[in-house]
Amino acid sequence: MLTYTIKRLFQLIPILFVISVVAYAIIELPPGDFADFYISSLRATGVTVLEDEALRIKEQYGFNAPVVERYWRWLENIIFHGNFGYSFEYQKPVNEIIAEKLPLSIGLTFGALIISWALAIPIGIYSAIHQYSKFDYFFTFIGFLGLATPPFLMALIFAWLFLKFFDYSVLGLYSPEYVTAPWSFDKFIDLCKHLILPVILIGLQGTGTIIRVMRGNLLDELKKPYVITAKAKGLKFRDLLLKYPVRMAINPIISTIGWLLPALIAGEILISIVLGIQTLGPVLLRSVLSQDMWLAASIVMILSLLTIIGSLISDLLLVWLDPRIRFERLSK
Amino acid sequence: MQRILEVKDLSINFYLREGVVHALTDVNFEVFENETLGVIGESGSGKSVTVQSILGILSQPPAKIVSGSIRFEPESRNLELNLLPTYGDTYRNVRWNDISMIFQEPMSSFSPLHSIGDQISEALTLHRPELSETDVLSVCLGLLEKVGIPSPAMFFKRYPHEFSGGMRQRAMIAMALVCNPKILIADEPTTALDVTIEAQILELLESIKSEFNMSMIYISHDLAVIGEISDRILVMYLGRVVESGVADEVIDNPLHPYTRALLKSIPKIDQPIESLDPIEGSIPSPFEVHTGCPFYSRCTERLGEICLRQKPAHKTYNNGHKVSCHLHA
Repeated sequence: MLTYTIKRLFQLIPILFVISVVAYAIIELPPGDFADFYISSLRATGVTVLEDEALRIKEQYGFNAPVVERYWRWLENIIFHGNFGYSFEYQKPVNEIIAEKLPLSIGLTFGALIISWALAIPIGIYSAIHQYSKFDYFFTFIGFLGLATPPFLMALIFAWLFLKFFDYSVLGLYSPEYVTAPWSFDKFIDLCKHLILPVILIGLQGTGTIIRVMRGNLLDELKKPYVITAKAKGLKFRDLLLKYPVRMAINPIISTIGWLLPALIAGEILISIVLGIQTLGPVLLRSVLSQDMWLAASIVMILSLLTIIGSLISDLLLVWLDPRIRFERLSK
Repeated sequence: MQRILEVKDLSINFYLREGVVHALTDVNFEVFENETLGVIGESGSGKSVTVQSILGILSQPPAKIVSGSIRFEPESRNLELNLLPTYGDTYRNVRWNDISMIFQEPMSSFSPLHSIGDQISEALTLHRPELSETDVLSVCLGLLEKVGIPSPAMFFKRYPHEFSGGMRQRAMIAMALVCNPKILIADEPTTALDVTIEAQILELLESIKSEFNMSMIYISHDLAVIGEISDRILVMYLGRVVESGVADEVIDNPLHPYTRALLKSIPKIDQPIESLDPIEGSIPSPFEVHTGCPFYSRCTERLGEICLRQKPAHKTYNNGHKVSCHLHA
């Protein structure tokens, strides 16, 4: 198991390199750069910027160097100094921005993951053992509705509902009176209150799919002979269900954690933008719009890293859960 | 001999989307202490449904016991199994503790995610909670050794996919014995195995049966095997018992055309293969409802109108040989 894990960790290096190239290339694709954006926004506010002054700004930020050289400077700093560069727009190091926003993004995403599992797995199990019941039909309907509704629309609808019926604004991270207040227990409670809706909304996206998968898998497993064996042994239904078919049916869900994470992160970005929560999502959007390339490329890089780690974790969990997956074959 | 199980007029239907399947119709038989009852029939004759209904492991729905009774009466107890709630304590305590079962497919009948040891010891821990962990382990290891597994302690920790079919079936037999049941049901235990392994497993089952003082219900579609292992034989066709009696009597003096046809289709070592007589046609659709004899369409000895129109009655001879056929009315 240890050799396998180490091997997988080493495999991360080339993958991350490829991702860094792709991420940087995409950010560089549109014509122009941050200096152009900066100069045009200065001009838009009425400031006269002369051509040689514009050139000086470009020179100063190093935008005149070839793409490869700029890419290498960015990568070199990350590898040797752990420095993701500088954000022109925020006027501070990228590391600082990420350190500030990333924990909230991770927290939201994992909170959402837990919520969607905690809802979907029991509902899926119940639907399967009460197939074609009213409950099953109800959650099939809700599940498909959830699958079909884009998360940002849900966010808008819920924000409006809360405001309309509870006279409560879920937008932002804090209520107005706490925004500038120093950290206190009350502020923490306020933060949690504001995070509940986004966590639920992000979580609900995956819920529909997991309910369907869990229900389908379990229905297949319930027909297997080993379930009949367990019943013949005299086990109680509940014990039998949880020990055998549910254990089997849950494996495919574990193996898709890796795919679920990018979806949750994408959803997190949209929902955070709609609800005005300052996670990495809105920052990524703004940095792409203003061509703040180091910031944008770094965020893409970090989100990719999280996704890869997610699939590594799901692979390891699967190896641990299913004795039929053998290390000898994996390490060959 | 003391009777231990009585199945009386048992009829079971499966209510499926495609229609109603009459899986069992008026099935009657008894199992006595320390005897082996052989049940023979083609696929779809209702052999498995019969034994699964005894253990209460049929999925209900779609299955439903329409009429009849299953009475389990060991020593002082007298339980009407068909009236007990499936997952009630009484029925659960009968399962594996009093009646256990060896399944057809040793691979799929074990969970692939749990070790063999976990699955073997499970029933023992469940039905004998007073036993300590060490006692449970020693009982299980002893049984594994008895069924011919070379290094039981190593085997105990391994998973089903790591062994051959024969080994898995031995483990299944050991698992069926953990609670020292009164009746052991073997549902085609050798169908998925090689012929050489089949002989070993049969031998093992016979020796174990007498050592543990159990009754056994042995299901097979192979009359040669059934004739070898059984004290009494039950011949089933399309959910009905068409003939039953003492093994030698049924084999030497078969009364029902179906049993005769089955006997003719067994290859014999001293006869050329051309003399084999397969039964013409195949089992009718399970959705078909028969007003007369269910074997009518394939019977070579049918009498005509009466066989098509009228259900044959059960006729019992003095030696206990029973048959359900208009030839013996």
